[in-house]
Amino acid sequence: MRFRRFMAPALAALALCYGASLVTADEYDEGQIKITREALKGKKVGFVPLSMGFDLPQAWYEGLKRDSEKWGYEVIVRDPNWNVQAGAQALNELIAQKPDVLIFHPLEMQAYAKLVKKAMDNGINVIQINLKSPNNGDAYVGANWYEIGAESAEQLVKACGKDSGKSGKVAIVQGVPTTATSQIAIPGFEDVLKQHPEMSIVANQSADWDATKAHAVTSTILKQNPDLCGIYDLWEVQAMGTAAAIKEAGKQGQIALVTYGGGQKQAGCDNVANGNFTADVIADATSQAHDLVNVVQYLLQHKPVPGSAPIGIYTTNKVITKDNADAGLCWTMEDLKANGPR
Amino acid sequence: MQLSQERIVFVIAAVLFVAFSIFLNNFLNTDNILSLIQNVSILGILGIGMAQAIIGRGIDLSIVATMAMSVAWCLDLIGQGVGVPLALLIGLAMVVVIGFLNGFLIAYVEIPAIFATLAMGTVVYGFGQFFLVPTDITYLSESAGWLKQVGGGNAFGIPSPVIVFALLCLITWLLLRYTKPGRYLYAMGDNPMAARVAGIPTRPMTVFQYIYASVVGYVAGIVTATAVDSMSTRVVNSTLVYDVILVAVIGGVGLSGGKGGVRNVVVGTLLIGILLNGMTIMDMPYTVQNIVKGLILLVAIIVDSILNPRDEQTAQQGDI
Repeated sequence: MRFRRFMAPALAALALCYGASLVTADEYDEGQIKITREALKGKKVGFVPLSMGFDLPQAWYEGLKRDSEKWGYEVIVRDPNWNVQAGAQALNELIAQKPDVLIFHPLEMQAYAKLVKKAMDNGINVIQINLKSPNNGDAYVGANWYEIGAESAEQLVKACGKDSGKSGKVAIVQGVPTTATSQIAIPGFEDVLKQHPEMSIVANQSADWDATKAHAVTSTILKQNPDLCGIYDLWEVQAMGTAAAIKEAGKQGQIALVTYGGGQKQAGCDNVANGNFTADVIADATSQAHDLVNVVQYLLQHKPVPGSAPIGIYTTNKVITKDNADAGLCWTMEDLKANGPR
Repeated sequence: MQLSQERIVFVIAAVLFVAFSIFLNNFLNTDNILSLIQNVSILGILGIGMAQAIIGRGIDLSIVATMAMSVAWCLDLIGQGVGVPLALLIGLAMVVVIGFLNGFLIAYVEIPAIFATLAMGTVVYGFGQFFLVPTDITYLSESAGWLKQVGGGNAFGIPSPVIVFALLCLITWLLLRYTKPGRYLYAMGDNPMAARVAGIPTRPMTVFQYIYASVVGYVAGIVTATAVDSMSTRVVNSTLVYDVILVAVIGGVGLSGGKGGVRNVVVGTLLIGILLNGMTIMDMPYTVQNIVKGLILLVAIIVDSILNPRDEQTAQQGDI
C-alpha cells in the first residue's frame, strides 16, 4: 500500500550516489562553483519541526533535502510529533552534536527561547521557521503573523463592514493561545477592527488546533449570536470544523469564514472553491522552502558569528477567495513529492 | 434515598442547567440544547465503549488511537478511490483485530489491561503513522457521498451524532441489561474468580469486551470524521482518552468493575456538555475554562467521598 515509503529512502540513496559521481567527474568551475561546493560539503544542518506529519514542514523538508543532496551537506531531522518536551530534548541532543545550522520551529513562544541562545552560545547558527520565539536567532524565515491577522480582519471588514448591511459581529476561533500565531496575529486582527467602529468581536475562544473542538465551539457561538456575520479561525485545518458547524446551521455563504494556511491545495484552495472558506490568507510554504534553503546556504557559506546580524525573511501573503481559488495558486502534495517546492 | 455518585453528579448537572437557563440568554432553547448534546456525543460514544470495558474490570487506553488510525486509514482508502463500503469494512476489520489482540493479551497472556492497552495504543499509532496514513490530517474526499450523513446529517432536526449516541446507548443498555454476555460482564467485574468458578467463560468474554470497545471507538471515529470532513490523528496525543475515562467514572462507573451502566455515562457526559456549553456562551478564556472544569469535577468527587465514605464493606480490591 505504502510502497513509496520504502522506496523513497532507496531512491534518495541512489540519487546521492548519482550526485556524488557527478562531483567526482571534473566539475566545471567558473570561479565560484568549487568554492561553494567546498563550503557546503560535509556541513550539518539540524531540523526540529513541530511534527513531520503536516504540510508545512513537509514542504520545507522537501526543499532542504533536494538542496542538500545536490551540494553534499547533511540534514538531520528530529520529529517530536507536537510534543514540546520531546522537541526540547531533540534540540539539546542536536546542540551537543554541534551542527553548523539548527532550524527551530517552536510550538510555543517561550518554550525554546533559552535553547535559541544556548545553540548560539555553542557556535551554532540558528534559523527559526514560521514561528518565532522572543529571542532572535541568525534568521527568521516565515509568515508575518501580524500582517496575516490584519489581512484577515480586512477580509472580514469587506464582508461585514459599513456598507454590507450586516451586523458587523465577528468571532475568533484560536488554536493554542500560547503559540506565536495567536500571540501576534490577534493584535494584528484587533488593530484593524479598531479602525472600524461598526465591527465588534462577540466571542473569542480556543480549540486546540482540533477541528472537532472548533466545530463544538462554533456551533455554540452560532446559536448564541444568530446575527453573527464573520469568523476568523487561525488555521485552515481547524477551520474545517468551523466550516462544518456553519454549514450545519444552514448559514454557509451568509457567515464569512476567514482563515490562514500554507497553500496546500486540498486544505486551502479546495475549501475556498467549495464554499467552506470565504477567504484563506496564505503564506506559501513552498516559497518559504526556497527562502529557507537560501538562508541555510548563506549561513553555511558565510559562517557569521551566531546572533551577530539577525535577518528576517517574511513570506509575502496571498489571499485566496472564490475569484482566484482555481487560479493554481496552491500546490499539491503529489507535485511537491515529485518535483520539489515550485 | 442514598445519594450515590451518579445522583450527586446529576444534581450538580441539574443545578448548573437551571442556573445557566436563568442567567444566560439563549441557553434554554431547543437548538442550543441539541448542539450541547451533539458537542459531547463523541465523548459520550467513547464513554460507552470505555464504561463497558471498565464494568468488566478492564480499561481500554487504546480506544482513541484505534479510533483515529482506523478511520484515518479508511478515509485515505476512500481518497485513493476504494469504494466506501469496502473501505469501511477494511477499517472495521482493523479495529476487530486490534480489539481481539487486546482481549487476547489480557485474557490469555494475562497482562494487566492497563498495560496491554497502553502499549497497544502506542503500537497502533506508530504502525498507522508509518504504514497506513502519511499525514496527521486525512481529508474526507468528495466521493464519500452518503457517508457524510453519519456525522454531518440530521433527522427530524436532530443532529445525526446525537442519534448515533442514543442508538449506541440503547444497544449497550440492552446488551448489559438483558443478554447473557451483559450479565456475565457484571459478574466478571464484581468478582472474576467467582465468575470463573461459576462457569462463566471469562476469557472469551474478555476478548469480546475489547472487540466491542474497539468497534464503539470506530463508530465514534466515523462520526467525528464525517462531522468535520477530516480526521486528525493528533487526537491520539491529546487528553481525550482521559476525558473519556472521566466521563464514565464521574457518572459513577466504578473503576474497580461491576458497578454502573449506560445511565452513568449519560449523566457524566451531560455534566461535561452543560459545563462546556455554558462556559463557551460566557466567552470564558481557555485557561479559565480548564480551571472551572477541573474544580467542578473535583467537587463532585469530594462530595461523593464525604457522603459515601469508603470502608471495608464498600471498598473492593483493585479500587484506585
